[in-house]
Amino acid sequence: MLQIKNLHASVEDKEILKGINLEVKAGEVHAIMGPNGSGKSTLSAVIAGNENYEVTDGQVFLDGEDLADLAPEERAHKGVFLSFQYPVEIPGVSVTNFMRTAINETRKANGKEEMPANEMLKFIREKSELLEIDRKFLSRSLNEGFSGGEKKRNEIFQMAMLEPKLAILDETDSGLDIDALRIVANGVNKLKSENNAIIVITHYQRLLDYIVPDFVHVLYNGRIVKSGGKELAYELEEKGYDWIKQEQEA
Amino acid sequence: MELKEKLIASFMAFEERVDVDADLHNIRTSAIQNFESKGFPTKKEEAWKYTSLNSLLKNDFTVFPKNENTIQFADVKKYFLHEIDTYKVVFIDGIFSSFLSSTTHDGIDVCLMSSALNKPKYKMVIDNYFNHIANKEESLTSLNTAFASEGAYINIPKSKVTDKPIEIMYFSTGSEAALLVQPRNLVIVGENSHVQIIERHQSLNENAVLTNSVTEIFAQKRAIVDYYKIQNDNHTASLIDNTYVSQQQESRVHVNTFSFGGSLTRNNLNFYHFGERIESHLNGITIIGERQHVDHYTLVHHAQPNCESFQDYKGIFSDNAIGVFNGKIYVEKEAQKTNAFQKNNNILLSDKATINAKPQLEIFADDVKCSHGCTIGQLDETAMFYMQSRGIPKKEAKALLMYAFSNAVIESIKIPELKQRITKIIANKLGVKLGFDL
Repeated sequence: MLQIKNLHASVEDKEILKGINLEVKAGEVHAIMGPNGSGKSTLSAVIAGNENYEVTDGQVFLDGEDLADLAPEERAHKGVFLSFQYPVEIPGVSVTNFMRTAINETRKANGKEEMPANEMLKFIREKSELLEIDRKFLSRSLNEGFSGGEKKRNEIFQMAMLEPKLAILDETDSGLDIDALRIVANGVNKLKSENNAIIVITHYQRLLDYIVPDFVHVLYNGRIVKSGGKELAYELEEKGYDWIKQEQEA
Repeated sequence: MELKEKLIASFMAFEERVDVDADLHNIRTSAIQNFESKGFPTKKEEAWKYTSLNSLLKNDFTVFPKNENTIQFADVKKYFLHEIDTYKVVFIDGIFSSFLSSTTHDGIDVCLMSSALNKPKYKMVIDNYFNHIANKEESLTSLNTAFASEGAYINIPKSKVTDKPIEIMYFSTGSEAALLVQPRNLVIVGENSHVQIIERHQSLNENAVLTNSVTEIFAQKRAIVDYYKIQNDNHTASLIDNTYVSQQQESRVHVNTFSFGGSLTRNNLNFYHFGERIESHLNGITIIGERQHVDHYTLVHHAQPNCESFQDYKGIFSDNAIGVFNGKIYVEKEAQKTNAFQKNNNILLSDKATINAKPQLEIFADDVKCSHGCTIGQLDETAMFYMQSRGIPKKEAKALLMYAFSNAVIESIKIPELKQRITKIIANKLGVKLGFDL
């Protein structure tokens, strides 16, 4: 589904990604771990098409199609979803209206009719129940005054609504208490299928107890320096990132 | 002949044409004298530092249109809020159109200034209100007063809630190459009464129009006035709007100004307090581009204790557009426990767009809460990326953000149809179709 080949990217002439290679197949969950500043968030931003990052070399393919020339919204229309580490507050636009616009724009781009209003409401209700989101919450301005946990839950709610092929969860666990973490993970697990794939970006192993990865990759200094199964996450938890750093510097 | 000379020369002829009693004659005469000595304002005056009338005044304006013109309702229907559910006072090139209007004397007066000025039964009201709150020193207001003969006259007696909104509409047909119109509105809202008014100026072709309008609003005790100004005229029309609001105890007046069109627009909006526990609300949304120019010049004069005023002006400027916001809050020594707030937020969408923002607070009381906040920025790039990453294209994302930006003011519109209408105008302006109504 996703193929990343020798990806180099920089921001303001500073090279952050220095040759990433990764392949994610449908039905798989990949975890990307690494110390602060290793390039985790940059990688997710580049896949989603953030124009502040310049891809200097390499390619990203989704189902064989090079994403290089596609705007962020076009990538979204093809099924890429990025759950933000810091979701943006948009006062004056309700969660419902935002979702309605996002879904209908995506449908339009894929040559489909707009979703009828009653169907949309039913869909919203169904997905908000999945994330245990209170109905009142949906008429509030998007992310405005939401707690950290509410913001993250709202991100996964949007993921549920948009039904992406490839979901990248960037530090979705940060700022979550244990109950919120359980709800979010539970939601993600229910959305997982043979036809989609999930990349979980996290600093800690905690989330991976709930969303169990098929593969774990360690990102350090702009490169994937270690890959393995889920046991790698436990090893990292136990030994810390210094172990990786020492290994790299040796 | 320069416009100033032309106007002064026309004054005598004008006075001969209208029936006037001595009192009105005196008011007009001193007004034309004030205009004669001050002339049109120039950039040398502090209040006009950022807005020049020079190039506008080079037009050879006709002061009195030669012909009476008619228009078909079908052609202008789109400018009205409703076909039947509003009172309408409609003018074509400054002349009342009974055909397009729907006035009333049934319990409330929604009619013509010319009748009020000429008929004896209105004399007492005119004596008590006409030109009482308008600034007699201000030259453009004086110019209007000198030629004041037509406009909307609205008088709501006490304890009346008007059953439907009132639309005041000024059309110009463009039958003159350049036309100067000077409407004069008088709105009196009695104790405990409530009225909603929508005012709009619309020119119907590309010929130049300059409107120099004066509106006096008197809100008696506990009266509620919601006044909406829709400024979405075409690019050859300019407007100088002078609005004066006089408020008695516990009255609540909202003036909402939506400035989307026109070439040059200047809004002089003045509030004066004559009682305690008054609320004044001044809201504005300005969305302009090309070489459009919109100047908001507001004054809230707090003269009594325990009053509140709220100003919230949002501006979005693209291309070479120029915006001005000058907000003055004056708090007299007696006006203790005043709450006066002012917000002015602006987004510049191009490097060549300009906003000149100037809060002016003059406070002589010591127990007050007054604040002002002004921001000037660009659209938030992170928010743009966030929305795009959810599949919302750049153009729509931009529009949605601009909506969000002006939402607080849109939300303050109390007439649902008008809210929809304004939303639609904004959507058209931004060239998007939004999948929902805000």
